[in-house]
Amino acid sequence: MPWTRDETAARAARELQDGFYVNLGIGIPTLVANYIPEGMKVTLQSENGMLGMGPFPYEGEADADLINAGKQTITELASSSYFSSADSFAMIRGGHIDLSILGAMQVAANGDLANWMVPGKMVKGMGGAMDLVAGVKRVVVVMDHCEKTGAPKLLKDCTLPLTGKAVVDTLITDLGVFSIGRGAGVKLLELAPGVTLDEVKAKTEAPFEVAL
Amino acid sequence: MADKVRKDAAAALDGVLFDGMTIMAGGFGLCGIPENLIAAIRETGVKDLTVVSNNCGIDGFGLGILLENRQIKKMVSSYVGENKLFEQLYLSGELELEFNPQGTLAERIRAGGAGIPAFFTKTGVGTLVAEGKEVREFDGEEYVMERGLTADLSIVKAWKADAEGNLIYRKTARNFNPMMATAGKVCLVEVEEIVPVGSLDKDNIHTPGIYVDRVFKGAVFEKRIERVTTRAKEAV
Repeated sequence: MPWTRDETAARAARELQDGFYVNLGIGIPTLVANYIPEGMKVTLQSENGMLGMGPFPYEGEADADLINAGKQTITELASSSYFSSADSFAMIRGGHIDLSILGAMQVAANGDLANWMVPGKMVKGMGGAMDLVAGVKRVVVVMDHCEKTGAPKLLKDCTLPLTGKAVVDTLITDLGVFSIGRGAGVKLLELAPGVTLDEVKAKTEAPFEVAL
Repeated sequence: MADKVRKDAAAALDGVLFDGMTIMAGGFGLCGIPENLIAAIRETGVKDLTVVSNNCGIDGFGLGILLENRQIKKMVSSYVGENKLFEQLYLSGELELEFNPQGTLAERIRAGGAGIPAFFTKTGVGTLVAEGKEVREFDGEEYVMERGLTADLSIVKAWKADAEGNLIYRKTARNFNPMMATAGKVCLVEVEEIVPVGSLDKDNIHTPGIYVDRVFKGAVFEKRIERVTTRAKEAV
């Protein structure tokens, strides 16, 4: 059985390390916050200007001045700090964030990432994704292994406009875990329980080495 | 010293607007937007605006109301996904759009306000964003040149101000406001409270008054929330 969204998020949470400053993207990456191992200190950065994101507020306690980058209401922690968007992206661009976990439309064997634009459709914009992949020390992508049509998303080359070139370190899909190494070569490191190597081969366009 | 305090948004806007101007508007989503100034700009009918703002409000609120009134010619933003009218106007060619990566947008404004005409960043190298721009190698890595950004007017939302124009912001409502305050030829600020000079902690002023031309207490702060997300209280 492939991993569910929550199981994929839980697997992505194993990429966290004690003391890390981490930026989580929207979608499955947001769920990673629910699986931070107990006793591990991880500080979540929100690119709209906050370090130390707390959980969602209790009903009736939402504060319009306190939201995350997905525009959801959140809370602060005793350790939180606030800053401007320029300071926030100085942290990101300047290499001070240890890990970014984000979603993707396509990942290529050369480490390229596409996650912001489908030509011909309404383009919503890249938000902070290009800055994150350019500046954060380690980039982990979490995505479904295939499109809803069944088309593979781990490709030889991205066909969609790029978010960044040679930026992906690790890819976690519902079928398994791959090292991408920013173009150093794709290696299959883990399979989700019950998923076969043949299934992954059939659903992957990029060539990969098996390192299970 | 010239008095910076005005009675309301209309008084703050007196004499500063003209058709075809560029306006920077603070806020991230609907958080920390100058909602009183936006509403007053709508009333004036000023048009052909280029608006620099991370987002473009939603249908019926924030910058969305200037779109409805066809006052915006061009947006410079990083993300505009929350607005159906925006999509219609863009697809029909009535609205121009320039996307900037969010951090590049923030830094362009910071640079503009700090007198820096251009800078190099890794963000966007090898993507559509870098097309037509100078790419230069530093220490073995490629960087793209981005230009500093200024505007005819910046409209800012802060939490508290004194009559000197010293500002403090509250929580994540700070976002783009401090840089925009520095990058407009004229900077107008709406606040929730004007406090006596001397009552703000001088070591914790976020925007010093030198950047602020006019300030007023907003008549209403609706402070709409895009996505109220809560959790249930744990059973005791």
